[in-house]
Amino acid sequence: MITLRYFAGLRELLGHSMVQLDIFEPHTVSSVWKLVNPDFKLPENVLTAVNMDYVLPSHVVKNGDEVAFFPPVTGG
Amino acid sequence: MTVKICDAAFDPFVEIQNFQHELALSGKFGATSIFIGTMRDFNEGDNVQAMTLEHYDGMTQKQLTKIIAAAKTQWQILDSLIVHRVGEILPNEPIVLVSVWSAHRSEAFEACRYLMEELKANAPFWKLETLTTNEKRWVSKPINHELSVL
Repeated sequence: MITLRYFAGLRELLGHSMVQLDIFEPHTVSSVWKLVNPDFKLPENVLTAVNMDYVLPSHVVKNGDEVAFFPPVTGG
Repeated sequence: MTVKICDAAFDPFVEIQNFQHELALSGKFGATSIFIGTMRDFNEGDNVQAMTLEHYDGMTQKQLTKIIAAAKTQWQILDSLIVHRVGEILPNEPIVLVSVWSAHRSEAFEACRYLMEELKANAPFWKLETLTTNEKRWVSKPINHELSVL
């Protein structure tokens, strides 16, 4: 099982903060997005992380991973 | 090297004083550089009455720890402290404190600037402003979303 998490404006746009799903074939961050959000392209300026480290959308995910999608950050 | 995420108002000067008091560096440091970020009551021409700071708990601490580790490879810093607010914030309340201790001023100045710039670029925080009109808006650029071509 992998866990998808959404934050800030992206969470509001999608209407939920978390999705969990089982994957049975190789997937990347972007292909998992497409699987779960077939009606929305992965926005170009959305940042992606796996297990709390930044990755590119081409990063391969595996069961047990936490995959996060969020807008550009604005701390400080 | 300490990272603290606070969900209530903090006094940066008390944080610095307490941290420095506990440092086992008496006589070793000659420079302390400090940056404090404070919430304004205006942004982009609008009056702001409050702000909510969201973060990705766990990733925030992980990224800030990595940033500090990267700074230590570039400068001889003796210790550092990062404190960042989350939750509901009002104008004039501190948002962030970055403080660096080193033997000499150049390392403290440069590492403090580096930590702050890297925090702004990489730490997963997001600001949601409440204007005095009660309109709410995310500070980050709009998400370029579009429907997939089915």
